[in-house]
Amino acid sequence: MTLLLALIPILPLFGFLVLSIFGGRLPWKVVATIGTGSVGLSALLTLIIGTVFLSLPSPDGVYAVNLWEWINTGGLTANISFRLDALSLVFIFVVTFVGFLIHVYSVEFMKGDEGFSRFFAYMNLFVFSMLVLVLADNLLLLYLGWEGVGLCSYLLIGFWYKEPANGYAARKAFIITRVGDTAMIIGLFLLFINLGTLNINELMQQASLKWAMGSPLALLTAALLLGGAVGKSAQLPLQTWLPDAMAGPSPVSALIHAATMVTAGVYLIARTHVLFALAPAVQTAVAVIGALTLLLAGFSALTQHDLKRILAYSTISQIGYMFLALGVGAWSAAIFHFMVHAFFKALLFLAGGAVILLLHEEHDIFKMGGLRKKMPVIFWTFLIGSASLAALPLITAGFYSKDQILWFAWSASNGSPWLWAAGFVGAFLTSLYTFRMVFITFFGETKTEPDHQPGKLIVIPIVILAVFSLLAGFIELPGSMGSFHLFSDVLNTLLPSVILSHENVSEIVFQVLASVISLSGIYLAYVLYLKKPALAGSFNKSRISNFFYSGWGFDRVYDIVFVKPVVWLADIDKNDFIDLFSKGIAMVTIFFNKALSLMQNGKVRWAVMALAIGIVFILTIMMNL
Amino acid sequence: MVTIPIEIQILFAASLFLLGLIGLLVRRNIIFMLMSIEVMFNSAGLVFIIAGSRWGQTDGQVMFIFILAVAAAEVSVGLALILQMFHHYKTLDADELSKLRDSKNDS
Repeated sequence: MTLLLALIPILPLFGFLVLSIFGGRLPWKVVATIGTGSVGLSALLTLIIGTVFLSLPSPDGVYAVNLWEWINTGGLTANISFRLDALSLVFIFVVTFVGFLIHVYSVEFMKGDEGFSRFFAYMNLFVFSMLVLVLADNLLLLYLGWEGVGLCSYLLIGFWYKEPANGYAARKAFIITRVGDTAMIIGLFLLFINLGTLNINELMQQASLKWAMGSPLALLTAALLLGGAVGKSAQLPLQTWLPDAMAGPSPVSALIHAATMVTAGVYLIARTHVLFALAPAVQTAVAVIGALTLLLAGFSALTQHDLKRILAYSTISQIGYMFLALGVGAWSAAIFHFMVHAFFKALLFLAGGAVILLLHEEHDIFKMGGLRKKMPVIFWTFLIGSASLAALPLITAGFYSKDQILWFAWSASNGSPWLWAAGFVGAFLTSLYTFRMVFITFFGETKTEPDHQPGKLIVIPIVILAVFSLLAGFIELPGSMGSFHLFSDVLNTLLPSVILSHENVSEIVFQVLASVISLSGIYLAYVLYLKKPALAGSFNKSRISNFFYSGWGFDRVYDIVFVKPVVWLADIDKNDFIDLFSKGIAMVTIFFNKALSLMQNGKVRWAVMALAIGIVFILTIMMNL
Repeated sequence: MVTIPIEIQILFAASLFLLGLIGLLVRRNIIFMLMSIEVMFNSAGLVFIIAGSRWGQTDGQVMFIFILAVAAAEVSVGLALILQMFHHYKTLDADELSKLRDSKNDS
């Protein structure tokens, strides 16, 4: 069984190696089979292992496999060893399963692209890195996977590298996440120096033994790890890279920038929850960051024109909900929302990608319109995904996960009415911008005609994801509706359950409020964008709309505060004396080169002359001896 | 028989060698360059003769015969090359044949 566990990440790695070495010479059908097959086999293995794990739990709730010793020096031991517990099981399930569906979709989506095999090689490498990240049993191996997914994100955002803007977006994503990663690696150093190990399990035990609640070191390391999580998960203040990351192909946006990689920060915080529990101030910061981000991204999503940018901002906003849940100590609620979000956001990106593909790379929703009749399958699945995102009551999975977060934001011991209010307003914004997107894209009059219908390989993954977006919610029902806790029961073997403080308030009130706010958002979208578009039009021209459109001006502020000074400094520093030294060496060398190459003029008499002078020279020396 | 002092003899051979060298350097016609080389050969041979007569040994004259043989062979090869050169380039100017050079000085 443990060998099978090791095979889960190794299969995509194998796929990557084969594709990157032989990919260019293989026919595209073979490339597609290897690329999707490796991830598909991983998904199958995950299902087998998951079933065994849940039916025959091991005494400590963990399956571990130690492959080999990676580093062992100066007290630092880091092994290549994988560790499967309830938390990583959820993550590998989502990574392999959603990853497999997206790979299948990509076969048709990327068909005919000259980088077909390169695409699948990168995607397989990504799945491998992500699996290493979530299965790692020590923080160093986790960091390897963490940087691996960052690299793949960079490679895939800039996949169509002939367009300079794509390369710019890729570099932006890489550099901004690197800011967070630097904080994280410093956090790892601190942890190792003070606790003497990087093994996650031992680390958590040591931390709770050695550090008191709220001790400065605990606060500092938790804050540094939070920095890494904020960068990777595109939270305030490092959220600016994600909207630009939409330059990559749509399957990439679905897999990396919605379903899996951007939730690595959520995973990291959940994985090191002991540390965050020791640093209450930082944990509050997590909740506040989440609340602010979900509002900020929600307002930005409201004004975007580009279908994929709307989805990108909504991703930032939904990860804000996960951070909010983590911050109030509702660990399993955050992971539950992660899983549900992975389903419906992957669905939205794949369906949106299909729309964009069929309309010849048209990204602007105002140029779409009336696609309801033209592509019914895409419409219905997109509607299901949107309903789930907008948390349509009772029938969608998104309702159950978001309702849980809102409830805990109020009732958990570290929750507060303010956090709840932020989430509540965010829920309204979410349903408003989601259905704005749906109404403008699929209703009204047709502006661009699709020329063909999507093929089987595009439709099947979308339909499967749509089914999951509806049904995944029923594995975790709130107390007022039967109190069915399959998901959190499994996770609570590992993560502490929520400590409630407001036992007296009835949960059902919050559910009714959440349902009302979601429905009223949809109704407002209906009024604004279908019935009276003039109202929305006047808002679109306002300055505040422009402000939201530019993502609250973060890019401009960063440009002035960081980019301009660095460029200015580099500019004035271009001709400093250090350069003079190296330039001097180059100039002397060039001078001698010119002088010596003058002698190589190919004239035989010149050669004879040199010979004669040389002989005279040697003879003179010999006479003097 | 008047004996010429050996210094004069050596100086004569040396000036002959120098003349050959100057001829080799200043002439551009490849036939003249070949002739200059012959002059230098013979000046070297002359030194052998001088040394042979100075010490009354026959070795010097033997060496001169060798040099003559080598010079004859060299001339035949050299003339053949000159013929080929004229055949290919229609010129006897040695400076025209400067392909063996640093390409940066192409002008």
